[in-house]
Amino acid sequence: MRPVALWTVVIGALLLFGLVRLPLEKSLDEAHRAANLRTATLDIGLREQIGQLAYAAALSGFRSLVAAFLWIEAHTAWEQTAWGRMAGLFQSVTGLQPRSLVYWDLASWHLAWNASVAARENPREPSEFLRRRAEREYHELGRDFLERGIANNPGRYLLRERLGIMLRDKFQDHCAAADAFADAAARPEAPPYVKRLAAYELAACPGREREAYEKLRAIYLLGEDERLPRVVTLINELEAKLDIPAADRLAPREE
Amino acid sequence: MIRRTAAIAAVTWTELVRLKVFYFLVIFALLVIGNSFFLARFSFEEEFQMLKDIALGAMSIFSSLLAILATATLLPKDREDRTIYTILAKPVSRTEYLLGKLSGVFLLLALAVLLMGAVFAVVLLLRTQALLHGTAVEMAALPPAEIEAALGKIRAAGHDPNLFAGGIVILVKAWLLAALTMFISTFATSTIFTTITAFAAYFIGHLQATAREYWLAATESGFFTKGLLALVSLVFPDLQAFNLVDDIVTGAAIPAAIFWKTLALGAGYIAVYTALAAAVFHHKEL
Repeated sequence: MRPVALWTVVIGALLLFGLVRLPLEKSLDEAHRAANLRTATLDIGLREQIGQLAYAAALSGFRSLVAAFLWIEAHTAWEQTAWGRMAGLFQSVTGLQPRSLVYWDLASWHLAWNASVAARENPREPSEFLRRRAEREYHELGRDFLERGIANNPGRYLLRERLGIMLRDKFQDHCAAADAFADAAARPEAPPYVKRLAAYELAACPGREREAYEKLRAIYLLGEDERLPRVVTLINELEAKLDIPAADRLAPREE
Repeated sequence: MIRRTAAIAAVTWTELVRLKVFYFLVIFALLVIGNSFFLARFSFEEEFQMLKDIALGAMSIFSSLLAILATATLLPKDREDRTIYTILAKPVSRTEYLLGKLSGVFLLLALAVLLMGAVFAVVLLLRTQALLHGTAVEMAALPPAEIEAALGKIRAAGHDPNLFAGGIVILVKAWLLAALTMFISTFATSTIFTTITAFAAYFIGHLQATAREYWLAATESGFFTKGLLALVSLVFPDLQAFNLVDDIVTGAAIPAAIFWKTLALGAGYIAVYTALAAAVFHHKEL
């Protein structure tokens, strides 16, 4: 066969194979999306954050490896209390590995707990107003990480539970915390204690006492294992508060 | 035919092993074991996450490098040593010769991935056992249900059957790269040309899915741009389809249908690139 004819056949075969595999690749792409795989978007913003070389490595299929090295760098930044740099690195890591719950969880924890406390007690900032504001900003940043993590992992309970804890402990927003815990409890892998946390927070949410009572009652009726001292105490308190008739009251009063 | 191909595969395997390519395993082992000591300062979730990230990432890098570099040297070396003429002077077809060479590389890659997987599995197992033991001792005074819950978390982080599927996909990707490099080397003029072209194809292959998406999307790009995107989509392999490890390390379960489809796609690529390599090699002037 003449070289021209041979190369016509080879290129033709390559193109034909390309056309044949096109539907398979498209359907595989769709299956990946449906299964929430390959969700990371490697955009220009990420390239500016992680640098040209790391971006090229991430594009070449070494996304998780780049994320691991950046996480180690972020850990070093944390040890050096370089909070701004740490937050930037967390952005990059979570951008590279949006399906990793560990990264979202720990990034939000470092920001809302460690960085915020450091900001509140910053000896170089004499203004308490500014220190408090910086603290609140780190709380918001931590919450933002959790919310983006939840958006990237809609079927998982962990980050919703962490959001509930953050709303309870850092924002003192018991109503929102109750909703976050309830949302977490509705996910398939959620451990049983999460629904209790939802009920506890609901009991502290003004105006939703009746709802809290119903939830605690349902938990109590699940069996002996669920009748923890706090469940019983809250039921007692709510029965008194809601003026539940003695005959309808459920739990024995805690001595 | 099988006997002759197997004989060439065995010789190719021996030649590659003599090149001491397995020395990279020492680097891999040092990387994984060294990291496991360094990562002990992190929480166990971080430690396992990064151990998996680094080990599977390194497996992917080493197997891809090995696939391209080992295959690129095969044909030029045989021509340089003149062994190709001796072999083809015997009743061995060019296709058998090529298949034998490729099978030798496939064997080498399979063993390399197996050994790297074994090193990784041992390190992961040892770290899991150490953590399980340490946690059980630390929590001895707590109720058994709490201890079991904590140990269950560690076990879940340490033992993930999807990691095995990840190793298989890494191997198939390496085989695909070997077949592609073999195809390039049948018309290449030198080892350097083959290596550079294979690496270029490797990088473009990781962007192929993006090119395909833009090509098929109803965008208002010009004829030239559309043509270029179509060419990239049709000619280059979609290597992103084989990047399941990035998701596996996060604990995501890979549905069986996706796993098998990925393997089928890989088998298709390998078959076509090998057939094209055989066609070009058949008409090559030696």
